[in-house]
Amino acid sequence: MNMDVQTLTFDDTIYHVKKGGQGTVLEINTLNLWYGAAQALHGVTMPIEKGLVTALIGPSGCGKSTLLRCINRMNDLVDGLKITGEMKLQGENIYARGADVIALRKRMGMVFQKPNPFPMSIFENVIYPLRVDGVTDKTILEETVERALKGSALWNEVKDRLQDSALGLSGGQQQRLCIARAIAGDPEVLLMDEPCSALDPIATAKIEDLINELTGHYTIVIVTHNMQQAARVSDNTAFMYLGRLIEYGDTETIFQTPKSPRTQDYVTGRFG
Amino acid sequence: MSAYVNKSAAAPDAEIPISMPTVRMTDLRARGEPFTWALGGALALGCLMIISFLLMVFWNGVTTFVPKDVAVVTSADGTVTAGEPSRTELYKVQPEILQTLKPEVQQAIKDNDGFASRTLYRTGNYDIYNEDFRWVSDYEVAKTEMPADILFAERVEWGPLIARLKSMNIDGQQIEPVDIGNAAFREAHTAARDRRARIAQIEKDDIGRINHKLEELRLDVRRAELKSGRDSPAHVAAQRELEERSKALEVEYKVLADEAARLRDINSRNTATFVEIGGREKQMAMDAIVRIYAANNLDLVDNIGIYISRWWEFVSDEPREANTEGGILPAIFGTAAMTLLMVIAVAPFGVITALYLREYAKQGRLVAFVRISVNNLAGVPSIVYGVFGLGFFAYVLGGSIDQLFYPERLPNPTFGTGGLLWASLTLALLTVPVVIVATEEALAAVPRSMREGSLACGASKWQTIKYIVLPRALPGIMTGIILAMARGAGEVAPLMLVGVVKLAPELPIDGFFPFVHLERSFMHLGFHIFDVGFQSRNSEAGKPMVFVTTMLLIGLIFIMNITAIMVRNKLKRKFKGSQF
Repeated sequence: MNMDVQTLTFDDTIYHVKKGGQGTVLEINTLNLWYGAAQALHGVTMPIEKGLVTALIGPSGCGKSTLLRCINRMNDLVDGLKITGEMKLQGENIYARGADVIALRKRMGMVFQKPNPFPMSIFENVIYPLRVDGVTDKTILEETVERALKGSALWNEVKDRLQDSALGLSGGQQQRLCIARAIAGDPEVLLMDEPCSALDPIATAKIEDLINELTGHYTIVIVTHNMQQAARVSDNTAFMYLGRLIEYGDTETIFQTPKSPRTQDYVTGRFG
Repeated sequence: MSAYVNKSAAAPDAEIPISMPTVRMTDLRARGEPFTWALGGALALGCLMIISFLLMVFWNGVTTFVPKDVAVVTSADGTVTAGEPSRTELYKVQPEILQTLKPEVQQAIKDNDGFASRTLYRTGNYDIYNEDFRWVSDYEVAKTEMPADILFAERVEWGPLIARLKSMNIDGQQIEPVDIGNAAFREAHTAARDRRARIAQIEKDDIGRINHKLEELRLDVRRAELKSGRDSPAHVAAQRELEERSKALEVEYKVLADEAARLRDINSRNTATFVEIGGREKQMAMDAIVRIYAANNLDLVDNIGIYISRWWEFVSDEPREANTEGGILPAIFGTAAMTLLMVIAVAPFGVITALYLREYAKQGRLVAFVRISVNNLAGVPSIVYGVFGLGFFAYVLGGSIDQLFYPERLPNPTFGTGGLLWASLTLALLTVPVVIVATEEALAAVPRSMREGSLACGASKWQTIKYIVLPRALPGIMTGIILAMARGAGEVAPLMLVGVVKLAPELPIDGFFPFVHLERSFMHLGFHIFDVGFQSRNSEAGKPMVFVTTMLLIGLIFIMNITAIMVRNKLKRKFKGSQF
């Protein structure tokens, strides 16, 4: 990339969003974000369609993970963070003064880059969101475990050893366990931050199948480095570059006939 | 620098620049071998010192209780010395003594630069000789024998007796000659020892119980006086109660005291008469003999039996003879109890502090200052903590507790003086920086991905700490507690100010309500070492005990640490396979 960053000019974002028919679940409006003095997001405006898979792509450092972590306010843990603009979950501003962060996170699930099961049994891992809510009814817990593990296509592999440590599972199984944990609380939005980057191709294929199966049941926002993956699993794709949303729309159009020359350059592999 | 010049670049005419391989030297200093040797050498030296230290303590400790032979040495001038050879050394002979010696001895000493060798004999019989040890120069010795009938007796007072048995006197009946293998002697000795144990039991337990009850009644009177005023109905009632009950108790006391006196009388009529090597006689009661054996006439089984019985006495009995003989059970008990109490105090306190510092406090100047202060606390000399413990815990806190809860005992302090509780809290304060630092490190080492995973599930910060961070940091926290324990168990200086005593009359745990008496002073192995080695009547006699006690202290700390390490490893195993 030999363009001089200082002299770059940006046009407005190009939108051609595919509608899911169920309306938007999340509306992001002119979101700006600073880490200390450095601005990481520049006026991102982006509606997320309910029931569809939305992929965020772009070169390293473009702000796609930052945007994803804004959705469940994971960035709150960072010192010196400043945010303007608004983000509405079902019409409710996430960044409103006095918004309950914990209640907000309970409405979302998140899957991280590296599998991060807790050092507990498989059973305890899956019901962790219910445990923190104080649910102790055994039948509810058992039903949840079965539903979540079936939902993450792990049930058949682990149903006989639910009390074993989750750390004994393989990397791919651990990541599917994390997905089970994320959907155990019945989230409105499922956030995935490069969920396959630490996995081998076979485990990756399984996760992708899983995402395809979850489509329709959950609204999924997935960050990925892998453009093929974005093309395979998503309905809508957002291309981000240097903290700006360049183009956001139907995945097929983005990868085959992108409207922005920058998107064209990126998806054809000219840079990034 | 020529090594770095690309020769092809120096020739601009060359069409294709060819980089010439250059040979770059790496000298020995750059490779770092001398440093590796120095580092390894330092480590080896350290290990060697620790191993030789442990070996020395261990060897001296293990051999202390082995029965030694008793040599009877006849000097050229006719004096006879009987004793255990303790050690041999070279010394410079005084000129005036040298002149009195025979010419050939003088010549031999002169050939040896004026040095002669001498041996220290443990002669015992302090009551007869007024000394326990005697030097005998090798040139004086005319004859050394190991007679089979010479006896070595450990006594309840005056240290060991080395003599021959002459006769035995049971209820006025003279029996002679006897030897200690004799069934009559053994029977009489065992019976006398049993009576002595019974007397001790009566005096300590039974009469102790009566005294305790009387004290309670007296305190009730005082309490009633303080509460309702002098001569108030309650006070008068309490006094009447004291009078009535004490009459009954005194009757009970009389019975027990009579029984003890009767047994004591029997014991005083069961005596043995010994003759020391110089011919002086010594008559003593049989029950004053703890253990007696013919030192030069022991087979392996006897040796092992004596060795084991001495060890058993050492770990299960109370000290006697100004701590240089007998057991150290109260000291073992005191050390273990104090260390455990310290851990109970320091673990929650340190962990909570570290949790707040690391997880909740805003990381700024104030927190940095607090952290530096905590680290500096670890460097404060321990005696300073002792002074603080005495001033704050014992006098201020303990004094207030006495005012509030034990006014009837004043002016005698209950908590207002050094004791087990204050010593433990002082040591907890001393070791809390260790726990704080270790816990902070352990908390910082919990992967961010774990916290995020928990928070993303909708857990609050406290739930994340409780369910995820703390369990995960527990092995690291345990390491801190182990370090604190090791430091605390070996600390002596502050304890001397806040509750350790040379001889504690009562253990902190006994049969009287409330059973655990944290206000009592206690004995400690570390202080015991200091006391036996340097404060006793005869430090030469105490020296072997120093090594045995040291060995036991090291062993105790070792056992406590191993237990803690095993717990930690069990926790660690739980997290094995976690990939972060």
